[in-house]
Amino acid sequence: MSEKHDAPGIPTTGHVWDDDLADLTNPPPKWWMLGLAASALFCVVYFIYYPSFPISSTGSFTKGIGGWTAIKEMEADKGEVDAVRGKFETRLKGLTPAAILADSELTEYVKRSGKVLFGDNCAACHGQNGIGTHDKQGLFAPILNDDDWLYGGKIEEIHASIENGRQGMMMAGKDMLSATEIDTLANAVAKGQPNATPLFAEKGCTGCHGPDGKGIQAMGSANLTDKVWRFDSSVEGIKYTISYGVNSGDPKARVAVMPNFKEAGKLSDAELKKLAVYVYKFGGGQADAPAASKAPEAGVAK
Amino acid sequence: MDKEAGQKEAGTVTGIYHELEHWNVNMGDKTVHAKRMPGFFRTIKNYTQALYLLFFLVPYLRWNGKQAILFDIEHRQFNFFSLTVLPQDIWMLSLLLLLLAMALFAATSVASRVFCGYFCFQTAWTDWFVWLEDKIEGAPHARRKLDAAPWNLEKIRKKVIKHLLWMAIALFTGISFSIWFVDAYWYWSTLIRLELPMVGWVTLITFFFGTYIMAGLLREQVCMWMCPYARIQGVMTDSQTILPAYDYKRGEPRGKLQRKTDAEGGTAQGDCIDCYQCVQVCPTGVDIRDGQQLGCITCGLCLDACDSIMDKVAKPHGLIRYASLDELEGKPVKKMYQHPRTWVYIGIILMAFGGIVYGLTHLGSMTLNVISERQPLFVRMSDGSIQNKYEFKVLNKTGHDLFVTVTAEGGVKDQVILGAEKPLLTHHGRGTSFTIFVRAPGENIKKEVTPIGFRIQSVEDPLIAAEYKTRFNGPKP
Repeated sequence: MSEKHDAPGIPTTGHVWDDDLADLTNPPPKWWMLGLAASALFCVVYFIYYPSFPISSTGSFTKGIGGWTAIKEMEADKGEVDAVRGKFETRLKGLTPAAILADSELTEYVKRSGKVLFGDNCAACHGQNGIGTHDKQGLFAPILNDDDWLYGGKIEEIHASIENGRQGMMMAGKDMLSATEIDTLANAVAKGQPNATPLFAEKGCTGCHGPDGKGIQAMGSANLTDKVWRFDSSVEGIKYTISYGVNSGDPKARVAVMPNFKEAGKLSDAELKKLAVYVYKFGGGQADAPAASKAPEAGVAK
Repeated sequence: MDKEAGQKEAGTVTGIYHELEHWNVNMGDKTVHAKRMPGFFRTIKNYTQALYLLFFLVPYLRWNGKQAILFDIEHRQFNFFSLTVLPQDIWMLSLLLLLLAMALFAATSVASRVFCGYFCFQTAWTDWFVWLEDKIEGAPHARRKLDAAPWNLEKIRKKVIKHLLWMAIALFTGISFSIWFVDAYWYWSTLIRLELPMVGWVTLITFFFGTYIMAGLLREQVCMWMCPYARIQGVMTDSQTILPAYDYKRGEPRGKLQRKTDAEGGTAQGDCIDCYQCVQVCPTGVDIRDGQQLGCITCGLCLDACDSIMDKVAKPHGLIRYASLDELEGKPVKKMYQHPRTWVYIGIILMAFGGIVYGLTHLGSMTLNVISERQPLFVRMSDGSIQNKYEFKVLNKTGHDLFVTVTAEGGVKDQVILGAEKPLLTHHGRGTSFTIFVRAPGENIKKEVTPIGFRIQSVEDPLIAAEYKTRFNGPKP
């Protein structure tokens, strides 16, 4: 092989192309070789220290001498977060929802940390931030931001609703009422004056909605005189509600069901309390004192 | 170097071959052992570098029982005597950086790399390190000899003392840097008990090694190969910029000092006696007679050296002097005020300065941010009124907690503010947030969006107040 290159003294690989092209076999620089050796050493140490090789025969893997696992690391990180939350969470446990509300620091903590809890458990029906969700029947689940509460807007009442769940109830009127009667009733209710027609009392609507049509909180019946509507404010929508009822067993009935969260066992007592405070703080929660005048504005169907 | 030939060929294609022959790069393979000699620029340099005493001493200054100047990163505030600047006002920092950058540019456009030569910490620290080296190991020739000598007790003693002193300076530099960011006295007591937090150790060690390696070992190599500002400043000079320059018309052809004068039959030669003093004193080891070059940090030490020689050979000063390229080439020299670039820089400096003054005088003692709820934009209440939810974020910049009242301007007729019936507490030095509802009768809402302005005001001092304009959302009327 010809040695006709301008770097004499350096051996070539021995391969020659195109008559005179050859590769010099210059060794890499020393720092580079050291880096290579260090990297190889690092790999060995890493493989011994950390979990690395799958063992197919046992369906397992080498555990490594360091005892590191991703779960442990995650738990440690979670521990840090829990340590910050811990002091609030411990105090929460011993308090009633009303006492939590009275403590501005705890309330602030719940307002900030309750978002995830609400998002995971409530927002599916009530919407993010409690804005309600809609389906073909109109409003599917009540808006939680307003001051209209079917079962009461005081903190204990909200807490009870979350713990025990709620189930609306209204009979289907299509077999008891004529089409004209339904029409008359629906028009009166749509105007917010159910008592404008004597039918309201005659046909027994007052039994649930109260003599003044303002609803009875204990039954969860809707206030028919205010500006907040449970399902649909149009005359057609009201006629539909009167005809088929709510959870009445009629296949066309409107649906209004909130599950029992305590029984479901998914949420701890503290979490239920936090949710109550969180919902109360949306802006519609009612204080204890002036409650008498405003509280019973409720109703499943109106 | 043959200056005439260089001049003739400059800018021509063949010129690049000429340059190649003289291509001499300081790669740091030889330590530059610069000679130290007194002189005008040496004195100036001593004074300008002494400004770094402020760096070491100012953190110990106290004001009202607290550190006078403290960049308190932990508590996210900057204390400047009785002034406290919170992160919200940090936009002024960008103006300050702009101002400093422009000051650098302006100075560079007028007189070249003034910063490099007189103010740069790399130059200053290197200068001090070399001064120590000079004291311990002796003058440059002695140092070269010592470097070449085999290791013996004397050499070990000198080298160990030198490096220990360098390390002491490096350590002290790291400490001094750190105490701009935490209380100086707390830092010292914590450091002595070796209880610094991790970030404290990392900072200290980084600065220790940074100083020791850069000022002690790398020296001018930092300016040549690491520093971006060295290069940026180099390109900001033009033919009007004055910089240390060799007057080649006067100096060439250079030659060793002759006994005979021209009249007595000696060869004709310029004022340069080729004594190499300018090269020997240069801290970056360049030959200024090669013209303006990357390695020159314009420290002026070669001017001192050359002037001292000119004194000895009874020639006028200024063979190497601060001069512009125009002046050296005999072109008409423009006045300083005919340098438009400098004016642009000065204009930007004044703007930035004005902004900082405005910012500092309009800091205010309270700021308010109001975020209106977006989901839902508004809520219809049972009586038909419309309710909006607002998140108030109040920053109380005073030294104590304050109670504030909330009022609104504009908005909807007969609106009610809920959530601020009693004055609300705002914590000093950090943000406080609270939720405010505004409820307005539905029939009074004329537009989907009604402007509304909130005002919070301290109960104790009505002058402490802040306002924020936002919107009240309603349904389509």
